[in-house]
Amino acid sequence: MITVYVPRDTTACAVGADAVAAAIEAEAGARNIEINLIRNGSRGLFWLETLVEVSTAQGRMAYGPVTASDVPQLFDAGFHEGRASDLFLGPTEQISYLKNQQRVNFARAGVIDPLSLEDYQAQGGYAGLTRALVLTPQAMVDEVKTSGLRGRGGAAFPTGIKWQTVLDTPAEQKYIVCNADEGDSGTFADRLLMEADPFQLIEGMTIAGLAVGATRGYIYLRSEYPRAHTVLNAALATANDAGYLGEDVAGSGKAFELEVRLGAGAYICGEETALLDSLEGKRGLVRPKPPLPAVAGLFGQPTVINNVLTLATISSIFEKGADHYKNFGTGRSVGTLAVQLAGNIKQGGVVELAFGATLRSLLEEFGGGTLSDRPIKAVQVGGPLGAYLPETQWGLPLDYEAFAAAKAMLGHGGVVVFDDSVDMLEQARFAMEFCAVESCGKCTPCRIGSTRGVEVIDKIRAGEQRDDSLALLESLCETMALGSLCAMGGLTPSPVRSAIAHFPEAFGG
Amino acid sequence: MTAAVERATIDDILDRLKHLPGGLLPILHEIQGAVGYVPRESVPDIAAGLNLSRAEVHGVISFYHDFQTEPSGRSRIQLCRAEACQAVGARALERHITAQLGIGLGETTADGAVSLESVYCLGNCACGPSVRIGDEIHARVTPARFDELRGHLQAEQS
Ligand SMILES: Cc1cc2nc3c(=O)[nH]c(=O)nc-3n(C[C@H](O)[C@H](O)[C@H](O)COP(=O)(O)O)c2cc1C
Ligand code: SF4
Ligand code: FES
Repeated sequence: MITVYVPRDTTACAVGADAVAAAIEAEAGARNIEINLIRNGSRGLFWLETLVEVSTAQGRMAYGPVTASDVPQLFDAGFHEGRASDLFLGPTEQISYLKNQQRVNFARAGVIDPLSLEDYQAQGGYAGLTRALVLTPQAMVDEVKTSGLRGRGGAAFPTGIKWQTVLDTPAEQKYIVCNADEGDSGTFADRLLMEADPFQLIEGMTIAGLAVGATRGYIYLRSEYPRAHTVLNAALATANDAGYLGEDVAGSGKAFELEVRLGAGAYICGEETALLDSLEGKRGLVRPKPPLPAVAGLFGQPTVINNVLTLATISSIFEKGADHYKNFGTGRSVGTLAVQLAGNIKQGGVVELAFGATLRSLLEEFGGGTLSDRPIKAVQVGGPLGAYLPETQWGLPLDYEAFAAAKAMLGHGGVVVFDDSVDMLEQARFAMEFCAVESCGKCTPCRIGSTRGVEVIDKIRAGEQRDDSLALLESLCETMALGSLCAMGGLTPSPVRSAIAHFPEAFGG
Repeated sequence: MTAAVERATIDDILDRLKHLPGGLLPILHEIQGAVGYVPRESVPDIAAGLNLSRAEVHGVISFYHDFQTEPSGRSRIQLCRAEACQAVGARALERHITAQLGIGLGETTADGAVSLESVYCLGNCACGPSVRIGDEIHARVTPARFDELRGHLQAEQS
C-alpha cells in the first residue's frame, strides 16, 4: 500500500489542500490504486503548499505546489511511485529550505499525523515526561535553568527563574497557562506547532505542572485559529484516554488536568496579565505589576504563564537534556528561534534556526526576495509593535540583545516584508490606528495618544504645518513610550519612529 | 429561532457552564454559536446565573470584538487588515470588497446575506491576503478570487 501525505494545516487548506486530498482519493479509486492517505500537519514550507508527499523505499518524495487540477497528471507521471514530474521536488528532507534549518520544535511538524499518539511516541514523544517523572520538582526546575531557555512570547525572560518563583510560592492551587494568543501579524509558528504537533505542547505543559506543583492548566487560544482549536481538543481527548492527563499522569499518582479556552478577538489579551483577566471571565485589562503572575496570577494563585513554543521546547529539553539544548545559539540567546517569513515574500514559511543568523540571509537565502519581484524596501520584525528596518539594518544577527541595541525587537520572530511600493506614512498611521483599536483603555497616553497620533499623521499627509505636526507626533510618541503601563502603548512608537527615521521622504522630508 | 426557543437554549447553556471557573467567555461563545449573537435581553439572566452585575456582563460583551448583540448576516466575512496582508494588497482588497458589497467594515448587507468584519491576523501571513468565511480561511484572496468566493456563497444561500 502506498502512503500519501496531504497537509491539513490552516494555510494548506486555505490554498486548497482539502480539494487536493479529495482529488487524490478519487483518482486513486478510479485507477484501482490502493493508497493510505494521511492528513499530516505541515512542514511549514508554506509557499509550496499544497505540498504532497509519497512514501517510497528511498524516503518521502515531495510534490508542490499541487492543486486539485494537477492530480490526474501527477498520477499519469507515476507520482504514486515517487517518480519525477513537473511538480517533483525530490526527497522532502533534501529541499534546501528544510535541510538548512535546525529543527528542534518543528522536527516532527509535517512528518507525523498530528493526532497519532503512536507517531508522536515513535519520534521521541513523551520520553521527556518519562525522564521528568523520576526527578524532584527542584531538579526539574534546575534542568530548565541549565538549558538557558528564554520565553518565546516576546519578552525573552528566563523560563527557569519564572518557574522557580512559582515552585517557591506555597499555595493550595497553582496553574500552568499557555499563551496561545499569537496576535502579532506575520506570526504563525505557534499555530503550526499546535496544528502539526499538539502533543509536544501538552507534554511540555504536563512537565511544567509536575515541576511547580500545579494540577490545572489552561491553553488560552485565540478565536482566529479554529483549526488549531479542533486539533487541540482532539489531542487532549487522546492524551486523557491514554492516561497522560487526568488524575494520575502516566501512573505517577500526580494529577494534571488541561483545558482549552478561547479568546474573543482582543490583541491585548496576549499580554499576560490581560490574558489572565480574560481567563477569569473579565474584560482583558492589563494589571499593574507587582504582583507577578508567578506569585499571584490566575484567580490570585501562583501561575506559570508561558508561550506555546516555550512550553513545547520543555518537551525536547527533557527528552534530550538541557546540555544538548544549550549547544544551539549565541551569547545569551540560547537555542533555536522559529522565524516566520511573511508578507511580500516569495518563499514564506517557518524557518527554525539557531540564534545568530542574519536577517539578510533569511530574506535572501530562505525568502528568495519579494513575491512581486520588486526590491524589498522595509522589513517589520517582531509584530505590530516592532520597528521597520531599512536595508542598512539587515545585517543584524537574530539575537535578542543585538536587536535591542538597534532599537528593534525580535519579539515572537515575525518578519514581514514590504516591497518598494509601500507607503511608509500609511504604515506609521496603521500602527497608531491599531493601538487605538486594540488598547485596553486603562492608560490615557495609549488610549488617547494613539487616536491623536492618527489625526496628526493625517495632517502630515495633507501637508498641514508639517514641521509642527512632526514635532507633535514625536512628543506623542515620547508620552506613549514613557507613560504607558504596558508595551502596547509603550512600543507603538517603535514602528512610527523607525518609519520616520529611516524613510523620511514618506513624511515629506 | 423564536424568542422562547432562544431563551431555553440560553438557559440550558447557563445551566451547563455557570459553574466553570471564569466561565463567562465560554458561555458567551456558546450563546453566540447557538443563537448567532448575544441577545441584549439575555444579559440579566447571564448576570443572575453567574452572580455578576448586568454592567459587568455588558462590559465584557462590549470589550471583545467577537461578541455581538445584534443578529449578523447569514455569512460572516472577516477580512484581515494586518501588516503581512497589507504587504500583499489587503488595502486594495478592502476597497474592492466594500465597493462590491456596498457596506463598510462592521456592517451587514440590507438583505441580511453578509456581514463584513475586520480581523487582525488569521495566522496565514505567508499566503495573504487572508479572508475568513465561517470557519474556513482563504489564502491569496485577490479581488477576482473574492468575487468567486462570493459567488459560491450566493449559490449556497439561494
Ligand atoms: C501587547 C502585548 C501582546 C502580547 N501578545 C503575546 C502573544 O500573543 N503571545 C505570547 O506568547 N506573548 C505575548 N505577549 C507577551 C506576554 O505578555 C508574556 O511575556 C508571555 O506570555 C510570557 O511567556 P514567555 O516567557 O514564554 O515568553 C504580549 C505582550 C504584550 C505587551
Ligand atoms: S498601554 Fe494601552 S494596552 Fe497597555 S495597559 Fe495602558 S491602555 Fe492598556
Ligand atoms: S496578517 Fe493577515 S493573516 Fe496574518
